[in-house]
Amino acid sequence: MSGPVHPSGIDGGHRSAIGEMDLRVRALESVLIEKGYVDPAALDELIDTYENRIGPRNGAHVVARAWVDPEYRDWLLSDATAAIASLGYLGRQSEHMIAVENTPQQHNLVVCTLCSCYPWAVLGLPPTWYKSAPYRSRAVRDPRGVLAEFGVTLPPDTDIRVWDSTAEVRYLVVPMRPAGSEDLNEGELVGLVTRDSMIGSGLALTPQAPTHE
Amino acid sequence: MSSDDYITYVTYADLGGQLRHGPIQLESEDKSWRAAWEPRVFALHLSMGATGAWNLDMSRAARETLPDYDQRSYYEIWFAALVKQLEEHGLVSADELAAGRSLRAPVVLPRLVHAGDVATVQARGAPTERPAIKEAQFAVGQHVRTMIGPISHHTRLPRYAQGKLAVVERVHGMHVFPDTNASGHGEQPQWLYTVVFGGTQLWPDAEPGLTVSIDAWEPYLESA
Repeated sequence: MSGPVHPSGIDGGHRSAIGEMDLRVRALESVLIEKGYVDPAALDELIDTYENRIGPRNGAHVVARAWVDPEYRDWLLSDATAAIASLGYLGRQSEHMIAVENTPQQHNLVVCTLCSCYPWAVLGLPPTWYKSAPYRSRAVRDPRGVLAEFGVTLPPDTDIRVWDSTAEVRYLVVPMRPAGSEDLNEGELVGLVTRDSMIGSGLALTPQAPTHE
Repeated sequence: MSSDDYITYVTYADLGGQLRHGPIQLESEDKSWRAAWEPRVFALHLSMGATGAWNLDMSRAARETLPDYDQRSYYEIWFAALVKQLEEHGLVSADELAAGRSLRAPVVLPRLVHAGDVATVQARGAPTERPAIKEAQFAVGQHVRTMIGPISHHTRLPRYAQGKLAVVERVHGMHVFPDTNASGHGEQPQWLYTVVFGGTQLWPDAEPGLTVSIDAWEPYLESA
């Protein structure tokens, strides 16, 4: 049943059989709808949810709030599930949240070496690299080398802690608030919090360069 | 799962520590899908999962045991595993997939997710914590050793972390145990811990200051 093997690999390289996959997926969808196992309107609603309502801006809101509100920060670090839910972000693949804070002493990096566990309700669906072999294999063994590929160089005396998400606990990294952001409000700070900074593969943007990574 | 399957269980997804996979391919924040069929597979996978025909751990086991796992893109893995599960559960047959239409009466499933249920189902999620019905065997700060492999069934104890010394850092409560849940032997909740390894415990060439943690269920651990 597995069909032809595509030379794409799980690093998501280019494939030449998109047309064939299109047909196979359409056939599957038709059969499942005809049998009444799935509701076609629910399929569209699911896709719309993850394309338009759930994404890394949710997590950026959480981080920015933690930066400006010390009480919220303490709550987030002690009971992340409740603190995040209080902002309206909760649910599938984020049922048991832990927030870990980057400091000058320790940088945190999150990975799932066994599959692709990721806090969907807070960060959306994971980027392809997060689900792919190069990151999953090396994050636990050579995190500085991995970070270098993201353009991140940490001070040599900063310890690195890698969190391998092997259970249903999901991890959110709270990046360090960048220098020069002292006068910004919560709404402005949200723009400095990148997806990668909440995985630990990036740092928050500095206010001088508030552009996309 | 038959006893033969149990003995021959092989996962192709346990990648931690391998060095042969090349560079990471970066990607911008706004990129969701690489092909039009990917969101359809995503939605079909979630919808079928919500019917109750199988559980999340069974889906993970179906994916990680695909012999051509490392030849497939991420959503190709999801597609192949979904087809495998549908066929194994007798919900869909290969001839129906080839024909693109139903050739047999459907099986009755526990649930059907309608469009109006999507927001509720997503918000509720599927928590895996269960009532604590016994005392935790380990406490924060305690030294433990992880189970020695090989482990010939679905497990969430990565190979690189098997037979290693660690320290308990957090106690999470009792959670569904994937090792039994994936094979239909029930949730059998167990205490779940975050345990931390020193980098040199895992890798002879570990960089200074590295620590790595996993979340480990109590049966993975013994006192050290």
